[in-house]
Amino acid sequence: MLSYFLRRLILVLPVAFGVSVVCFALVQIAPGDPLTAIMPVDATAEQQAAMRAAYGLDKPVPVQYLIWISNLLQGEMGRSIASGRPVADEVFGAVGNSLLLAAAAAVIAFPIGTFLGFLAGYFRDTLLDRAVTALSITGVSVPNYWLGIVLVIIFSVNLGWLPSMGAGPGGSQDWQWDWAHMRHLVLPAVTLAVVPIGIVARTVRALAGDILSMDFVTALYAKGLSRGDVLRHVARNAAATALSVMGLQLGYLLGGSILIETVFNWPGSGFLLSNAIFQRDLPLLQGTILVLAMFFVGMNLIVDVAQAAIDPRIKRS
Amino acid sequence: MVQVIADIPVVPPAQRGYWSGVLSRLKRDPVAMICAVILAALVLSAAFAPWLGLADPYQGSMIARLAAPGTPGHLLGTDEQGRDMLSRLIYGGRLTLFIGLMPVVLAFFIGGTLGIIAGYVGGITNTIIMRVVDVFFAFPSVLLAIAISGALGAGVLNSLVSLTIVFIPPVTRVAEAVTSGVRSLDYIDAARASGANALTVIRVHVIGNVLSPIFVYATSLTSVCMILAAGLSFLGIGVRPPEPEWGLMLNTLRSAIYVNPWLAALPGVMIFATSLCLNLLSDGLRSAMNVRD
Repeated sequence: MLSYFLRRLILVLPVAFGVSVVCFALVQIAPGDPLTAIMPVDATAEQQAAMRAAYGLDKPVPVQYLIWISNLLQGEMGRSIASGRPVADEVFGAVGNSLLLAAAAAVIAFPIGTFLGFLAGYFRDTLLDRAVTALSITGVSVPNYWLGIVLVIIFSVNLGWLPSMGAGPGGSQDWQWDWAHMRHLVLPAVTLAVVPIGIVARTVRALAGDILSMDFVTALYAKGLSRGDVLRHVARNAAATALSVMGLQLGYLLGGSILIETVFNWPGSGFLLSNAIFQRDLPLLQGTILVLAMFFVGMNLIVDVAQAAIDPRIKRS
Repeated sequence: MVQVIADIPVVPPAQRGYWSGVLSRLKRDPVAMICAVILAALVLSAAFAPWLGLADPYQGSMIARLAAPGTPGHLLGTDEQGRDMLSRLIYGGRLTLFIGLMPVVLAFFIGGTLGIIAGYVGGITNTIIMRVVDVFFAFPSVLLAIAISGALGAGVLNSLVSLTIVFIPPVTRVAEAVTSGVRSLDYIDAARASGANALTVIRVHVIGNVLSPIFVYATSLTSVCMILAAGLSFLGIGVRPPEPEWGLMLNTLRSAIYVNPWLAALPGVMIFATSLCLNLLSDGLRSAMNVRD
């Protein structure tokens, strides 16, 4: 198991290197001089050159990358142009809020998706199956930023049951586990859960259908096992694949919550990102994307290892 | 004897082409056909919008702002600047459908070519192409699209570039997988042994076998691309105002949810309907082609 983990870890390194190159390149492809935002308009050519040298922008691009990555490995991600605070502080505070939202959405989506998918797979080609299939295709087709607005219209504007924005009363940024804060989580989490419900239901339906038609299921029934015992075997067989889909979905939830966070003014990484974009705060943009992508890479690694731990057949292939 | 047999004119069996078979199966699928009709109506109305006798989509009126749907003269009401909603929704289809579909078309050609090359040539070429693809897979698609668009800035061309970059890696991966599957079949070896060069083998023997799975896969991406494209405009990093575009309209009308909520939701209905039809049509195509997941 440990050797499998180490082997996977070694495979992740080149990907992590590539991700850092892409994030570095983001600033390179951005039009305009990165210094214009911080330099006074009347700066002389000399001052400009001094500034350029101070930021290392006078060096060739590969050298700039090496400087950037060595700073990064020491935990130094530069400073936000807009706020002047270290990028690392800004990003990690916001990622915590995004994780909370993603986890809440996952808690809603995974059990519902699994349950619906299993029902549809078990009662294949019945009316129930069609209803679930229709529901899941609707779920994956809905633009969730629009669904968020519709839910706000229904539950905030018309019914007045739930708040439409923020993560706490009075725009509070500190999360607490009380109802005053949690009611702010309901609408964004439900909105964010819709797409993964559709995807998980679709996957589990296909999985359950495939496994139920395998010979070993017939054999188990022939052996006289009760329906519940057979289902336990089916669940065990489906677990590895279902788990990997859910792990990936959790990563997507974190990366994909940007639009939802904008709709609900949720103070997470997506909200930070859209602010960074509008203020042309490139170090902050770069840092946020890097942290989110690295989180996704880490999530993939965990999923792979967990999958191998559950299903030893994967390790061998 | 040999000559006699050779002289008999060979009449090819009246065989229908593969694609016409797919088409006739697709025609028997009512859901797919309804979706195809709706999509065709959307595309045609967008394309011919200037000749439909609609109100000017840019001409606002300060006194007729946020009129409810059903107002005389404005069938679907007016937006926050008093511009006719029906007209803007139909005109909006032009940019939304273009930016929503074009990246997948481009990714189909670019990613398909890269994947076929990687799968057929193998070796170091395959390693280089596929490792680069792996790096892009490390980004959730929404994140990558927003990252590139955010860095490049708003604009139709920038959205097109960023979404194409987002969809090349998945298409490449699928194209590589199906091509390396076909590559290992005996008849490819036979063709190579008979002296055909790589280009000929790919053109004659590979393309025909890999194109339909790649195509079906690409169609399944259109709905996501559509949602993402409108999402970029919704965030303000896609199409610039005052152009009519569904995502952008959804964004600017957000301020109206307390005044005229259902008007504000209309542009989203268009995005939803289009993406749903694209998904259902793609599913129909998949089963008509008998391509399994």
